[in-house]
Amino acid sequence: MYDLRALYEAESVQDAIRLRLEHPEARIIAGGTDVLVQMREGRLAGMELISIYGIDAMRGVSMDGAENIRIGSLTSFSHITKDPIIQKYIPVLGEAVDMVGGPQIRNAGTIGGNTCNGVTSADSASTLFAWDAIVELTGEQGVRQIPIQDFYISAGKVDLHPDEVQTAILIPKASYENCFGHYIKYAMRNAMDIATTGCSVNAVLSEDRKTIVRARIAYGVAGPVPMRAPAAEAAAAGKPVSQETADTFAAAVLEDIRPRDSWRASKAFREHIAVELAKRCLAESVRLAGGELA
Amino acid sequence: MSKSVGQSKVRVDAYDKAAGRAKFTDDLCDSSALFTRIVHSAIAHGIVKSVDTLKAEQVPGVVKIFTCFQAPHHPFPTAGHPWSTDPRHQDTADRLLLNRHVRYYGDDIAVVVAENEAAAAQAARLVRVEYEELPFVLDVQKAMEPDAPQIHDRVPGNILAHTQLRNGDYETACREPGLIKVEGWYDTPTVQHCHIENHICTAYMEAGRIVVTSSTQIPHIVRRICGQALGVPWGKVRIIKPYIGGGFGNKQDALYEPLCAWLTTQLGGRLVKIDCSREETFVSNRVRHAIRTHIISWVRPDGSFAARKIECFSNQGGYASHGHSIAAKGMGTFPQIYPCPHVEGDAYTVYTNRPAAGAMRGYGIPQAMWAGESHLDDVARALGRDPVEYRRQVVMPKGFRDAFSKNENYFDSFRQVMDRGMAETGYLQKREDYQNQTGPVRRGIGMALFWYNTAVWPISLESSSCRMVLNQDGSVQVQTGETEIGQGCDTAFSQMAADAIGIPFADVHMVSTQDTDVTPFGTGAYASRQTYTGGFSIQQTGQMLKERILSYAVELTRQARENLDLADGKIIRTTDGRELMTLGELATEALYSLSHSQHITAESTYQIKNNAYSFGCTFAEVEVDIPLCRVKLLNILNVHDCGKLINPALAEAQVHGGMSMGIGYGLSEQLLFDEKTGRPLNNNLLDYKLSTFMDHPHLRASFVENPEPTSPYGTKALGEPPACSPAPAIRNAILQATGVAINSAPMTPHVLFAAFRDAGLL
Repeated sequence: MYDLRALYEAESVQDAIRLRLEHPEARIIAGGTDVLVQMREGRLAGMELISIYGIDAMRGVSMDGAENIRIGSLTSFSHITKDPIIQKYIPVLGEAVDMVGGPQIRNAGTIGGNTCNGVTSADSASTLFAWDAIVELTGEQGVRQIPIQDFYISAGKVDLHPDEVQTAILIPKASYENCFGHYIKYAMRNAMDIATTGCSVNAVLSEDRKTIVRARIAYGVAGPVPMRAPAAEAAAAGKPVSQETADTFAAAVLEDIRPRDSWRASKAFREHIAVELAKRCLAESVRLAGGELA
Repeated sequence: MSKSVGQSKVRVDAYDKAAGRAKFTDDLCDSSALFTRIVHSAIAHGIVKSVDTLKAEQVPGVVKIFTCFQAPHHPFPTAGHPWSTDPRHQDTADRLLLNRHVRYYGDDIAVVVAENEAAAAQAARLVRVEYEELPFVLDVQKAMEPDAPQIHDRVPGNILAHTQLRNGDYETACREPGLIKVEGWYDTPTVQHCHIENHICTAYMEAGRIVVTSSTQIPHIVRRICGQALGVPWGKVRIIKPYIGGGFGNKQDALYEPLCAWLTTQLGGRLVKIDCSREETFVSNRVRHAIRTHIISWVRPDGSFAARKIECFSNQGGYASHGHSIAAKGMGTFPQIYPCPHVEGDAYTVYTNRPAAGAMRGYGIPQAMWAGESHLDDVARALGRDPVEYRRQVVMPKGFRDAFSKNENYFDSFRQVMDRGMAETGYLQKREDYQNQTGPVRRGIGMALFWYNTAVWPISLESSSCRMVLNQDGSVQVQTGETEIGQGCDTAFSQMAADAIGIPFADVHMVSTQDTDVTPFGTGAYASRQTYTGGFSIQQTGQMLKERILSYAVELTRQARENLDLADGKIIRTTDGRELMTLGELATEALYSLSHSQHITAESTYQIKNNAYSFGCTFAEVEVDIPLCRVKLLNILNVHDCGKLINPALAEAQVHGGMSMGIGYGLSEQLLFDEKTGRPLNNNLLDYKLSTFMDHPHLRASFVENPEPTSPYGTKALGEPPACSPAPAIRNAILQATGVAINSAPMTPHVLFAAFRDAGLL
């Protein structure tokens, strides 16, 4: 039995916006895989909820006119993993969200919910950061698009205005073109777990596969929100495809990441793992791009 | 005649459970029930000065709030042991229904009763408790220090029990020249059973008596404990045990049944329910004893033991529960599994401010095997010997007889299971292949033995009672006090009963529910005793029933008793094999006969004054990713000598479950506590890393079927043994792969990170 004061069901995005304005205290619920857990724990006990789960217009993956990939915010993890567009252009995102929880959670949980929670460990978030995703927010005044790095404000807090609903996540063409990536979720078990550290790397190689044109790297649980590691990216850009570059790249992540000591893992352990993951993710990205670490 | 025993019969409850028809405690609770929420201690140790319920009482739907200042004061023991009529052997009575002196973070202070769940939860959050905080201690050896916080007034120094083992003369023997000393400290964690159904119980009153329905392994014992806790005659309490979703020993304890029973007496006999959340189950039920073990072996260059010493420090937590029985059983293995003439041992069970530790699958043996089998590999390594070849030299020989239990090693079980394990895993080749690896990812293969014994004789009572009732159609109801808790004993019992009576398996109807008003007395499911112990009374009662049936057949058929038999549900003349009548025809006549009507039944008790060893081993193969501090389990095999298998498919499933538990014990499971407050940190299934299917390789089980001579069915323990040896086998495989000996379970990436850094691998 959930301690729930009221449930409002939105029929459209406009309806959701209206409900948000009418019930400013209410929480949005999509797949419910986080909100209902928090309600049961008492943290959200007695809350009002606005369900957006019935808004089918917010589901599915498509290409817009400029060939940007558009992922509706209510698209479930399992639908993202199996989507042909995702599989063709950004398979790493499908792989990353396939590591969330277990099959039931992945059928119910949505990418919009995953990002709107604002938690650093979200399996989709590090890959979205690493691919310069754009968050689409729809409110009373219309649509607003912001880079995902600006969407995350602080732990558990995102830039969602009181009238807004997150309606889509976009991956620009310039981001995914010729780009290959890999994500490693480092957790204490192989299913039903939250990342101790998650690392997502992608690379664009030169035509001869000898030079790294661009490498991007993002982490979950390396700080209060997901984050990029610019020092590492700079250390790899324009460098030869080599083990030495991979080692330099990996070592440089320590200049940016800020993991903390907690009972879940020590700072020293997280840093050690972060470096190792950077190395392995870059190596795999290079391999997927047709290169070979000399 | 076709035999049921030995066949992989489909579980008698399979369809009902798979289809969701099987009734569990909550399914039997009707909508009139009142809900409860327990207010738990938010400090690790202290005295409750006051409980303010004013705000909480105003929540709509709240019926009543009971606090530790109102609960009765009848200290009671909770352990699911058979009662001892000798006061010296009775369990420690240190529990109260609700506590003013709180002894762990999560102790029970008050209980809210409400018309619905949400109101109970809201009100519980509004109850304000004022404490006088006392210093607390979480570590077992710190709790033994002179200035440690005192947890129970009646046990100054916190040592609940200390037992000694003195064989030969250790002090003299260890001075023999030329000995090699191998010494280690081995730690095991606090873990929880994580059965799928949390503990739940309901209670109401009827005809002046209290009726409790509970998810328990031990209905008859819980009746006694409810009587003790409430200070009422035991016959005033009736316990009903329906299907339960696992227990693993947590439910071999009186949990919240006494509190629930008391609540209904305070609520006009209304139906009231206590339904534990998973978070409560982790902390406020029972856990496994964390045991720290210190072993010294003095070894001659030829590998023989000159002298050995063991010290066990068992972390009891805040209340006695099963207490010292666990550490004592664990230490008891030490002089037996590797016999040595000069042994010194000390086991201490010590109160701390952790959750109360009770029974859990293996009952001290997983802890003892973690220490003992890790140590054996350390000894083999010190000697430069292969661990299996070395164990073959020193392990318990065939014919070994334990002086106390009179248990005898009738077969060379240990060497047989090792031979099987080596053959089935390709041990020798792999051991050789994995020598001298250097890369970041390395493989290893290791093994561990386990010692176990079935049931509790001669420490405690072993008896089983059974009732059989013949129906008109020749089918038979069978009841025992032994309980189905998911392990499949109803199916094994059906197979045994079918053979004992001489009827088809399908004609046996096990009455799965135990109801202390109607079920024959029995102490319940624990100590891996159901199949062994139940077998005696089922065999005896089946023969009694068969004898009564054949006596009646003599009347009906006018044949000589000596020439009659009952087989496959038919009365047979043995001299020519002619089928004279079916059992159904006989039973119908017996019930409705106008000349001699008879209700054919049988009931008997069998007291067992025997016990049986049940030995085996685990072989594990791992791949260690050193930079990532991760262990991947590639292969794992358990080999058991549990006597003749009653149901091979169920036996295999039992082994799989135990191996899974052992894998978690070795690699990932641990209940953590905040050092500053004593608060449990990970009492939920997300943060407590129970291993999942994705963390398991294919689980393999193999059996060496030496028939147990003391059992009518040649069977012995298999319930707990599978969980006893996987963890040290994995540890020993990691040792081969990396050369690093990990002495603290679970071997999480955090533990490996520190160990690999110390060893210079990172």
